Amino acid sequence: MSSNLDQLYRRVIMDHYKNPRNKGSIEDGALTIDMNNPTCGDRIHLTLQVEDGKIQNAKFDGEGCSISMASASMMTQAVKGKTVEEALQLSTTFSEMMLGKDYDDSIELEDIEALSGVSQFPARIKCATLAWKAMEKGVSEETE
Amino acid sequence: MLNTKEIRSYFPILDQEINGHPLVYLDNGATSQKPIQVIEAIKKYYEFENSNVHRGVHTLGNRATDSYEGAREKVRKFINAKSTKEVIFTRGTTTAINTVAQSYGLANLKEGDEIVITHMEHHSNIIPWQQLAKKTGAVLKYIDLEADGTLSLEKVRETITNQTKIVSIVYVSNVLGTMNPIKEITQIAHEHGAVMVVDGAQAAPHLKLDVQALDCDFLAFSGHKMCGPTGIGVLYGKEALLDKMKPIEFGGEMIDFVGLYDSTWKELPWKFEGGTPIIAGAIGLGAAIDFLEEIGLDEIEKHEHELAAYAMEKMSTIDGLSIYGPVDAAKRAGIVTFNLDDVHPHDVATVLDMSGIAVRAGHHCAQPLMKWLQCVATARASFYIYNSEEDIDRLVTGLLSAKEYFNDVF
Repeated sequence: MSSNLDQLYRRVIMDHYKNPRNKGSIEDGALTIDMNNPTCGDRIHLTLQVEDGKIQNAKFDGEGCSISMASASMMTQAVKGKTVEEALQLSTTFSEMMLGKDYDDSIELEDIEALSGVSQFPARIKCATLAWKAMEKGVSEETE
Repeated sequence: MLNTKEIRSYFPILDQEINGHPLVYLDNGATSQKPIQVIEAIKKYYEFENSNVHRGVHTLGNRATDSYEGAREKVRKFINAKSTKEVIFTRGTTTAINTVAQSYGLANLKEGDEIVITHMEHHSNIIPWQQLAKKTGAVLKYIDLEADGTLSLEKVRETITNQTKIVSIVYVSNVLGTMNPIKEITQIAHEHGAVMVVDGAQAAPHLKLDVQALDCDFLAFSGHKMCGPTGIGVLYGKEALLDKMKPIEFGGEMIDFVGLYDSTWKELPWKFEGGTPIIAGAIGLGAAIDFLEEIGLDEIEKHEHELAAYAMEKMSTIDGLSIYGPVDAAKRAGIVTFNLDDVHPHDVATVLDMSGIAVRAGHHCAQPLMKWLQCVATARASFYIYNSEEDIDRLVTGLLSAKEYFNDVF
C-alpha cells in the first residue's frame, strides 16, 4: 500500500503541508481571491501584490487536505518575483502535469515537481489545482 | 445479524478487487449497490416490454403500463399510503421536495409566514426552502441541535409557531445518523396548522416507513439509495393536499384535454408526471422493494444498529479518532461520521481507497451542518445489508495504517 501512497504523499509535500510557506494575508492594496472546491469544502483565500506586471508578494490562507494546502504553499513560493506572464506559463505547465501530459521541463519547477504523482489519483487533481486557479483568476482580473 | 454472505452473492459489483484488495463498500449513504434482481428487472423490461405507457392500444404498451403502475402499487404498500393517487414518481428526493416548495409553497405562503427546518438538513432540504422564502417573503427558521446532534422536542416547540406554514425535516441524518422523532414533530406542526414534509432519503433504505402512522403530509425519497436505479424517486402526499396543488411541469402525459389556449390536467397522480415517465426506473424501484421486503425492513434496521454499535466500539479504540452524532448507537442508523486527528478526511479516504475501502470524505452536501460541527469536512462510513463486522474490522485496520502512515511521514 505505502509504495502507491508514496507516489502521492512525497516528503516535500508533507513538509509544505506541515510548514506552509507564505501563510497569511497581505493587507493593503493587494488583489484578493477567494475560491473553494464546492464538492469537498476545500477553500483558499489568496492575496497577491502585483506591481509593474510582476508578482511582488503572494500569501494564502485556507482549509483543506494536505494536497491542496501543500500545492498552495508551493504555488505562492513559485510565483513570487515572477512576471504575470511567467506565472501563467508555469500554471499551464502545472495543468499539463496534472493531466499526465508531457510538460515543458525547461522551466525550473523545483518543489512543484513533487506533485506530479497526483496525476495518478484522478479524484485528487482538483485539490492540487485550486490554488493555481485562484492565482490565474487574480492576475487575469488585474490585467483586464 | 443478516446473512451477509448470501446477500453479497446477489451483488456482482462487490465481488471485485480495488487497488489489489477485495472491495469493502462503505459509501452507502451516497448510493447503494444494486442486486441482480433489480438489474434483471430492468433488463427484462427493455428486452420484453419496452413501450410508452398510458397510450398504446397495442400489447407491449399494456405490458409496460401494467409494470409501471404495478411498481406504483409496490411503493404504496412499502410506505403504507392509502391510495396510489398519493404516490408520484419523481427523479429523486430533490425533485420531490422542489415540487412541494414550488407547488404547495408558492400557492400557500405569503410574507411573514414561516418555514421551519433544522441544522442537520441535506442541501436538498435547505435550498428549495431558501428559494421559496425569497420568492414569497416568508422567513426560514432553523431548529437548533442538541450537543450530541439530536433534536429536542422542547426546541421544536419553541421554534414552530402559529405563523409556521411548512415544517420540513430529515428522518435520518446523512451525516450524524440521527433518527428524528418525526411522528411527534408532525403532531406539533399540525397543532400550529403547518404541513409536515419529511426528507426520507436516508430512511427509506433502512427502516419500515408508515406514512399513516407518522401522519406526515409529504414524504420524499430516492430509489438509488435503496438498491434501486438512479433517476427515480417518490413524492408521497396526502390526497386532499395533492388534489388542490397545481402541476409544476406541463406537457405530454399529464393532460386531460388540450385546447388552443387552455388545457385541463389528468387526475392524481399523473398530473404531476409530465412527459414520458421514468418507466424502467420505476420498475427497477419496484424490484428493489421486493428485494428489501424479502429480507425484511425490521431485520435491516436491526442489522444496521448492530453494525453501528460495533463500528463505534471498535473505532473509538483508535487514539485521536472523533465520532460525530449520537453516542447511543440505538439512536442512530448505520452511519458513522468521523475525523482522525489532524489528518484531513480526503487524505484518510485516499489511504483507505488504496486498501480497497470506499468511504465518503467532504461536506456531505450539508455545509450548514459542517459549520455547526465546526469542521470543514469529515469522513463517513455508511453501512448496508451486505456489510459485515469483517468490513468494519478492515476499516479499523485501514484507519490504523492511515494514522501510522501520516505519523511516519511527518
